[in-house]
Amino acid sequence: MSIVDTRTPNPKSFIPGATGDWEVIIGMEVHAQVLSESKLFSGSPTEFGCPPNANVSFVDAAMPGMLPVINAECVRQAVRTGLGLKARINKRSIFDRKNYFYPDLPQGYQISQYLDPIVGEGVVKLDMADNGEIEIGIERLHLEQDAGKSIHDQHPNMSFVDLNRSGVALMEIVSKPDLRSSEEAKAFISKLRTILRYLGTCDGNMEEGSMRADVNVSVRKPGGAFGTRCEIKNMNSIRFIGQAIEYEARRQIDIIEDGGTIDQETRLYDPKTGETRSMRSKEEAHDYRYFPDPDLLPLEFSDAFVAELAGNLPELPDEKHDRLVRDYGITPYDASVLILEQARADFFEQVAKGRDGKQSANWVINELLGRLGKDDKDIEDTPMSAAQLGTIVDLIGKGDISGKIAKDLFEIVWTEGGDPAEIVETRAMKQVTDTGAIERVVDEIIAANPDKVEQARAKPTLLGWFVGQVMKASGGKVNPQAVNEILKAKLGIE
Amino acid sequence: MTDLTTKSLAELRDGLKKREFSALEAMDAYLDAIAAANPRLNAYIVVTADKAREMARASDARLARGEGGPLEGVPLGIKDLFATIGVHTQAASHVLDGFAPEYESTVTSHLWRDGAVMLGKLNMDEFAMGSSNETSYYGPVINPWRAAGSNRDLVPGGSSGGSAAAVSAWLCAGATATDTGGSIRQPAAFSGIVGIKPTYGRCSRWGIVAFASSLDQAGPIARTVTDTAIMLTSMAGFDNKDSTSVDLAVPDFAAAVERGVKGLVIGVPREYRMDGMPEEIETLWTKGLEWLRAEGAVIKDISLPHTRYALPAYYIVAPAEASSNLARYDGVKYGLRKTGKDITDLYELTRAEGFGREVKRRVMIGTYVLSAGYYDAYYVRAQKVRTLIKRDFEDAFDQGVDAILTPATPSAAFGVGDEEMNSDPVKMYLNDVFTVTVNMAGLPGLSVPGGKDASGLPLGLQLIGRPFDEETLFAAARVIERNRGEGFSPEKWW
Repeated sequence: MSIVDTRTPNPKSFIPGATGDWEVIIGMEVHAQVLSESKLFSGSPTEFGCPPNANVSFVDAAMPGMLPVINAECVRQAVRTGLGLKARINKRSIFDRKNYFYPDLPQGYQISQYLDPIVGEGVVKLDMADNGEIEIGIERLHLEQDAGKSIHDQHPNMSFVDLNRSGVALMEIVSKPDLRSSEEAKAFISKLRTILRYLGTCDGNMEEGSMRADVNVSVRKPGGAFGTRCEIKNMNSIRFIGQAIEYEARRQIDIIEDGGTIDQETRLYDPKTGETRSMRSKEEAHDYRYFPDPDLLPLEFSDAFVAELAGNLPELPDEKHDRLVRDYGITPYDASVLILEQARADFFEQVAKGRDGKQSANWVINELLGRLGKDDKDIEDTPMSAAQLGTIVDLIGKGDISGKIAKDLFEIVWTEGGDPAEIVETRAMKQVTDTGAIERVVDEIIAANPDKVEQARAKPTLLGWFVGQVMKASGGKVNPQAVNEILKAKLGIE
Repeated sequence: MTDLTTKSLAELRDGLKKREFSALEAMDAYLDAIAAANPRLNAYIVVTADKAREMARASDARLARGEGGPLEGVPLGIKDLFATIGVHTQAASHVLDGFAPEYESTVTSHLWRDGAVMLGKLNMDEFAMGSSNETSYYGPVINPWRAAGSNRDLVPGGSSGGSAAAVSAWLCAGATATDTGGSIRQPAAFSGIVGIKPTYGRCSRWGIVAFASSLDQAGPIARTVTDTAIMLTSMAGFDNKDSTSVDLAVPDFAAAVERGVKGLVIGVPREYRMDGMPEEIETLWTKGLEWLRAEGAVIKDISLPHTRYALPAYYIVAPAEASSNLARYDGVKYGLRKTGKDITDLYELTRAEGFGREVKRRVMIGTYVLSAGYYDAYYVRAQKVRTLIKRDFEDAFDQGVDAILTPATPSAAFGVGDEEMNSDPVKMYLNDVFTVTVNMAGLPGLSVPGGKDASGLPLGLQLIGRPFDEETLFAAARVIERNRGEGFSPEKWW
């Protein structure tokens, strides 16, 4: 594979070194567990959190004479994902055996795809706040089996093996080395996760291990030749990916600037120390002896098969983004926040339907998402419905409540529930728009403060004091704009 | 009552159906014969007397009700490579010590579905690797045939040596066998009986311990062409648990046996006339052609130009697949386990003790040819040769050839412990020179006794057919069987 540099060096991403600026080059291999009822080549369930070895068939345990049979749903999920990545779908692909010995690999080989993957080149678009929209190339996506799990802490001198994951379908999604900063790398994996979740092809739960990444990092002088890369294995947190890249880039720069060279090797990131350390060198790398698995025929499907899946794809994040901007008049930035999760965008659309888009986006992003974050809750668990928030936006729109009262109302609905319109009525939170009523309050305050009236006439900025008094006297329920105008008239200030 | 063991499978089946004797009587006759012969011949590794009795009783009950399948009450021997539920299934290898599966191979379950009775598990070359049945962990099988005036023990051929010896010595009415490079046809030829390797995909490989997945195929060994056809009809059939099994209706093969060869074109490949081929093999071949011509077949000289590359290519492809297939025998999950200081020790000690010399040799060859830097030169090239061999046959069939007649082996059975064979593995591999091409091309091949050598040992002829045209092979083999005359049973010396 020859590497093509598709990016223009961006000084904002440069890392300063003793000998000048450096540029970090990042490529990722993301392992995403396919959402499917059963495993890639057996009928065993894929359910998470079962007792050890509960989901193991004779095939998963590699009993003598057992044979793999491809799970059609996993193939559909891989094709859907390929379509979501705007990638080339290979109607003929080959399953290969990757041979190595490990106790949690019962067959002694992993069934994977090597030379002929099911999905070829594609692209992921990223919205970088300070760098606009960038495109990250996808090299390929292939299907492969997951291994089991070795457990080393149950017995003084034995290891236990849990094969529940053995044979579960994974998609390995390989990016091109198009990422140029830890921020971009984090944005890439978030965006990829969003796409997979929209497609329903992977749940994207990194804590449960259903999405993990190997991160390839190298450094170079901006725009120069690519350097030697190190692979940081098995990252399962977006935050750690960022930290690991920062550390690794700095480590490599320091070595080169000290006159050393980078060894191609596999490294592990330790979140406790914030450092990466060597796991094995290139010389220690396995010879996997890949060859086509003779138990499986080449995987072939028709254009019609792909067309049917393409026709039933959900709206994808990029399309939703553009549509929200177009239909609701919101800013691209707000749209990119809203599409991050499908449920967020859905919630927004329910609020915004028939209402002011910008105002709705504002309330969803700043108030609702903010409040959810404070309570450490997902949007799925929101105590406030879209209808409730919509009513609040309506009340503001009609001028029934001020923005300030609306925030109080939001808090009441959040904690106590109920119909916001009714709460406004029963708790007398409605904004006073009757000028007669406002005038009466203003008159009272003017009468009670003749000295202030004198001062204000000499120094009109004192008007604010009167406004505050009126607001206080009315419990904040009067329209400040109206108060302002009435005060000016009564005091004779221009 | 005459000895039930000397009846053909067809006669036995008919007699059972007419209730001339019971399934229990037939089974007892065979168990007695096994008890008398096995200490000398070593054909059976395990005799499953209790299971046989239980199955025979059930057969008798069905027969009494006028029911019963096409093999009702017929006692069969099963090669140790087939998974039989709760019964020794160890591929005649030390590494599978104690292994008895919780599942039944598709092929044997078809036989039991049709009413057959299991007598026990038959000896074989370890993991089906061998041409003399001397690589078995359970010791060599002795051929029931002896050269005239000699007491020397001869090999029954391999790898299905136990199957061939048991059938030849009347220790079962028929036996299952497998053929990766000649393992059905060569022992059938050495033991004066009939064996067919059906088209790749005709019989399910599910539940058969794998040797080389792209070449392995199950088939029957029996004393007559008709018996072999009856057994194959039961064994064959599509299985969705084997991705390489072919979804085709199974014909009643026995119905094709007396079809004759009138008008058939029989090809004679000039490349099978090897240098230094014994005169008696040449004579046998000519006689076979004459019998077929006399019954109306047209004999046609053909060329299969890539024949000479078949054996070397086979000894790359088969070991390559085997090296991967046998990786699962690692001491972790089942069978033999030898522990040391760590997991690497466990692998090394278990495999060093568990595998015999020939298996180790092939695992090492296979590992080598798949290694980085050698893969293209060996494995990829061998696969190209394989394509060429396949094309050779296709060209011949395109020219109107219906079946091809060749010798089955380059010689008659040789002695147990033959120094020449055992000192040079390549000499042993040459036993398969006429048979491996058929596996490489995935075609059906049948071996039928056609004559004897100077010392009175049986010699076999091989018929090769179009994909899924086993019927023509049975018809042509029957003509040879009818014309060759009597005397194809060994003199009982055991």
